[in-house]
Amino acid sequence: MTEHYNFAYLDEQTKRMIRRAILKGLAVPGYQVPFASREMPMPYGWGTGGVQVTAATLTPEDTLKVIDQGADDTTNAVSIRKFFERTAGVAVTERTAEATVIQTRHRIPEEPLTKGQILVYQVPIPEPLRFLEPSEVETRKMHALEDYGLMHVKLYEDISRHGHIATSYAYPVKVQGRYVMDPSPIPKFDNPKMEMAAIQLFGAGREQRIYALPPHTRVMSLDFEDHPFEASKANHACGLCASTDSYLDEVITDDQGGRMFVCSDTDYCSTRQAAGFKGKDAA
Amino acid sequence: MIPLLSVQHLTKTYGRHIGCSDVSFDLFPGEVMGIVGESGSGKSTLLNCMAGHLPPDAGRVMFDTRTEGPRDTVTMSEPERRMLGRTDWAFVHQHARDGLRMGVSAGGNVGERLMAVGARHYGDIRAAATDWLGRVEIDTGRIDDRPSTFSGGMQQRLQIARNLVTGPRLVFMDEPTGGLDVSVQARLLDLLRGLVRQMGLSAVIVTHDLAVVRLLADRLMVMKDGRVVETGLTDQVLDDPQHGYTQLLVSSVLQV
Repeated sequence: MTEHYNFAYLDEQTKRMIRRAILKGLAVPGYQVPFASREMPMPYGWGTGGVQVTAATLTPEDTLKVIDQGADDTTNAVSIRKFFERTAGVAVTERTAEATVIQTRHRIPEEPLTKGQILVYQVPIPEPLRFLEPSEVETRKMHALEDYGLMHVKLYEDISRHGHIATSYAYPVKVQGRYVMDPSPIPKFDNPKMEMAAIQLFGAGREQRIYALPPHTRVMSLDFEDHPFEASKANHACGLCASTDSYLDEVITDDQGGRMFVCSDTDYCSTRQAAGFKGKDAA
Repeated sequence: MIPLLSVQHLTKTYGRHIGCSDVSFDLFPGEVMGIVGESGSGKSTLLNCMAGHLPPDAGRVMFDTRTEGPRDTVTMSEPERRMLGRTDWAFVHQHARDGLRMGVSAGGNVGERLMAVGARHYGDIRAAATDWLGRVEIDTGRIDDRPSTFSGGMQQRLQIARNLVTGPRLVFMDEPTGGLDVSVQARLLDLLRGLVRQMGLSAVIVTHDLAVVRLLADRLMVMKDGRVVETGLTDQVLDDPQHGYTQLLVSSVLQV
């Protein structure tokens, strides 16, 4: 089937346009670069931005991994992986270490990424100031002038209402001491991992924005001196692999209130189980 | 003595219509200047040009900055002007809704300016917000309520607290008592007079209410059709108006 499509679905001209946006994004870390987002054969909100960035990044030699909330086997991950298998003919994998390009929705893999890997995020709303300031003209001016007082107003409201910073995902960060950036809706548990050796690219298809973090960029989560940032997770061990330092999903198992906590990163969990780790709920 | 604010030949036109034309005056530290005139006389245009909300077509607005002395705020860069707007300047809008964030709690509204200039300690910000709510006579128990649940007078007082929290030296006020009933107006004026005297603020107050300037302003400027027609000490202008329009204005006030 591959011969019916240009490599990785998009035409070469479009891929060049997206690559230019990516390069600009890498040159100005955290800055949202506008780009001419294309119609993709999937609805907005399903990762059209991430797919376009992946398409522009892939080479025939790449190995692709796609995760959705950490899992390789959910609808969104499976269909995007199949899409690139068919349109680009690239090798695919579920192993984090083997992948050269990883497209992700709402998680960073547990296993530390290394030099040479690219992590592509799907971003629904790239503007961290959007819910505080509806005008795009004004938010762009605020970014240009580094006028970020409003971001802390949001955190202030959190503390005054809940006693602590209750924002638990899409937790705003400041990049290299300059731009405030939305890390896409990853749990704030993942925020510290963003200072990594791999390249991170963010694509928002509907909002037509691309931004990026070069390797080892300084990423600071915003906080108050007396309410410091804290990467939180459920205070349990994984029911399958007994890991205590991975991000956990809570799974309801019956109608009697039965539940278990399991790693959201399926590859990490199965690798640990294969190595002999066994949680209390493992069969 | 260096004037805190020196407006020189300020002109703003909207196409063929004159907003304000060739306005000049000096405002000295601790002085309150009232600008009166009927609707459409250019007083709001003048105020917005001075506060950097509108770019004037000609003229200079010299402000005596803390670090560098008098600077022309018209030609200074946007970040510098915004910084002034958050620190040394305050702007009280006629409608509290224009000056407040209605979706953010009272404490957040007061704290915003502090956070904008770099305050990063929640406890300190909250203490400052509580202190200021007390100073403008808002029950400190309502610190976490949204301003949309406040009465008009409370919203206006909250707006004042939000503006004064960073200790500005110059306050621009656009009809601060407009739309409030008289007893609430009286309390607000009382509060403003107290704050202006206590903090040694300089202020420019635009209003069409002569009673407001009589109470608050040291000096008065009367505008008509975009031009200044009369200036002088407030009592002098109101008790012995020279220009025909000022005479009309003064005689139009209802005597109860």
